[in-house]
Amino acid sequence: MNETSKRSPLVWVLYGAILVAGALAPMAFPAYTNQMAVLWLMIVFALTWDILGGQMGYNSLGNIFFFGAGMYVSAVIQIGLYHNVSEYTDAAGSGVYTFTETQYFTGIFLGMIGAAIFATISAFILGMVLFGLRGPYFAIGTLGVAIAAGELTGAWDWVGGGSGISMPTFPGHPDTGKYFFYTLMFALAVSVFVFLKWLYSTRFGHAINAIRDDEEKAEGMGIHTNRYKRLAWSFSAFFLGISGAIFGNMTGFIEPLEVAFPTITFGIFMVVMVLLGGKGTLWGPILGAIIFHAIKEVTWTYMLGWQWVALGFLIVVIVVYFQQGIMGWIMDKKPEWFGLTIAQLEAQGAAGDGPVSSDPAEGRVGT
Amino acid sequence: MNAPDARTQEAPAVRAEPPTAAGRQADSEPIITVRGVTKTFGGVVANHNISLDVARGQITGLIGPNGSGKTTLFNSIVGYHPIDAGSITFEGREISRMRVQQIARLGLLRTFQQTRIYGKMNCVDNMLISIPHRKATVLDMFARHSREQLERAERLLHFVGLYEKRFLRAGDLSFGQQKLLEFAMALMNEPTVLLLDEPTAGINPTLINGLIDRLKRANTELGITLLIIEHNMRVIMNMADTIYCLAHGELLASGTPEEIQNDQRVIDAYLGAH
Ligand SMILES: Nc1ncnc2c1ncn2[C@@H]1O[C@H](COP(=O)(O)OP(=O)(O)OP(=O)(O)O)[C@@H](O)[C@H]1O
Ligand SMILES: [Mg+2]
Repeated sequence: MNETSKRSPLVWVLYGAILVAGALAPMAFPAYTNQMAVLWLMIVFALTWDILGGQMGYNSLGNIFFFGAGMYVSAVIQIGLYHNVSEYTDAAGSGVYTFTETQYFTGIFLGMIGAAIFATISAFILGMVLFGLRGPYFAIGTLGVAIAAGELTGAWDWVGGGSGISMPTFPGHPDTGKYFFYTLMFALAVSVFVFLKWLYSTRFGHAINAIRDDEEKAEGMGIHTNRYKRLAWSFSAFFLGISGAIFGNMTGFIEPLEVAFPTITFGIFMVVMVLLGGKGTLWGPILGAIIFHAIKEVTWTYMLGWQWVALGFLIVVIVVYFQQGIMGWIMDKKPEWFGLTIAQLEAQGAAGDGPVSSDPAEGRVGT
Repeated sequence: MNAPDARTQEAPAVRAEPPTAAGRQADSEPIITVRGVTKTFGGVVANHNISLDVARGQITGLIGPNGSGKTTLFNSIVGYHPIDAGSITFEGREISRMRVQQIARLGLLRTFQQTRIYGKMNCVDNMLISIPHRKATVLDMFARHSREQLERAERLLHFVGLYEKRFLRAGDLSFGQQKLLEFAMALMNEPTVLLLDEPTAGINPTLINGLIDRLKRANTELGITLLIIEHNMRVIMNMADTIYCLAHGELLASGTPEEIQNDQRVIDAYLGAH
């Protein structure tokens, strides 16, 4: 829409405020640095899930695969650059392996790059196979990938099997480490937002929306649907791979089922956050992630023992009663805020109710 | 009539047998040829040994009672499903084994009988994503629409009378308006040949004349060859240069509108006497 292109200065003020608040938050609330880093991770989860789930109409239950794969690829790179991976995992973190400061940061940097590349390529390849499936079959197929990845990693001794890997420790004060990982997550979330805001303003955005609304029609109109679908998933995997690399280092210890490929926690949270906020919009997933994360932290603090019941209840309520989400609900109530209106001014001058006027002079078709 | 080209004026005689290419001039080579096409669904023979020609630059009609296999033939031509036997060419190239997207990118486009638009996108966006994807490179996937594309989209929306509705979600339009939008989207794609499946179904009778006029202008002004499935006899007799009639999956008759109107087999088929 051309309306959105003339952005008011207010929006820029809002963006600036979010950036400043995001950068300063850990200094204002140092005790919550980790929780806030996880919030940015949740926003990355929601935004990347929405590329397929909201904008393209493909509900993946296996996006967590790219997160876990990125985490392990990064770990292997960080360790493998300076040590023997298999001996390192055998030692199971009994401090004989050290990393200098340079080694540590070089490792993380290259680890994130490797994670991004691996996740992107695996999404492209998985896409060739799985995009043959539609609807629930796609959801189950992708879920299968994530579960299988968790099981296979658990059986793979070279990467520590089920007992996982102790990640290299941050060379510096733990608080500096927290701030370091917070900043990485924050920067990643902002990058995802900026990237998607741009992506959805290009033909790519329209094309994946067309695939969502009617894929057969899109094929019939000659759109390169396969290209768009594979690339869309690759974009999502790219950022998820990086987020996995950061999160693995942030928690310091990684293992397959609970940390790297947690299909029933993070894997489901991705979907619920987007549904709560409103799928197919840019701000919906962000709102959903913030609200969901807040609710989750509160239930964990005040309803210990019942937290899963409360969360499960919330999920059921969202899925059953609130499918369009917050943004979808606002869009229903106030369509004019989103430019979904009859163009009143022109309507007065034009033919009125007649969709096809019989006047041949109306409307030229020149090319 | 509408034929902008003198070469295409000559209409084939009424016949039920396949027309043969040998009997035609080289310079009036049909843009689409269908030869001996058969398509079955389980036990149902939806098309049996159908042969027909679509002449370049003309309007060709395809009629027949419900279930006679018209939509099935459209689907076969655009590569929607594999055919059991026969051959289909477009601009001299065999297309019967090509996929839907490839055929669409060659410039052979269809609209759907049930009308298909992108319901959650607004009309302008529906139009913008319908630009031709013929030479689209990977970089074009990330292009923004140009000023000209937007103007063209708006001009075409105006052409079908949907200009003031352009920022509404396509799914919120009435059925008839969706039909018009789908037609505008097809024009946006700049096809060489457009296959229209019942373009006037669901359109208010008082507006049908306007739509006929627009279809004719798409043919004359934009030079798009049309193949139209139509149940409204007045409409198709008014527009078509040549008409083919199907019944029970077989080609029953073909000829000029006058010839078809007076063909006893066609009349019997429509009255259910066949
Ligand atoms: N996908 C399919 N599976 C099974 N049978 C089909 C399929 N598509 C069409 N048919 C059958 O093929 C026959 C021809 O159908 P088709 O849709 O081509 O008719 P039509 O001439 O377009 O009819 P109408 O005027 O009602 O649109 C019908 O008997 C129909 O039931
Ligand atoms: Mg039909």
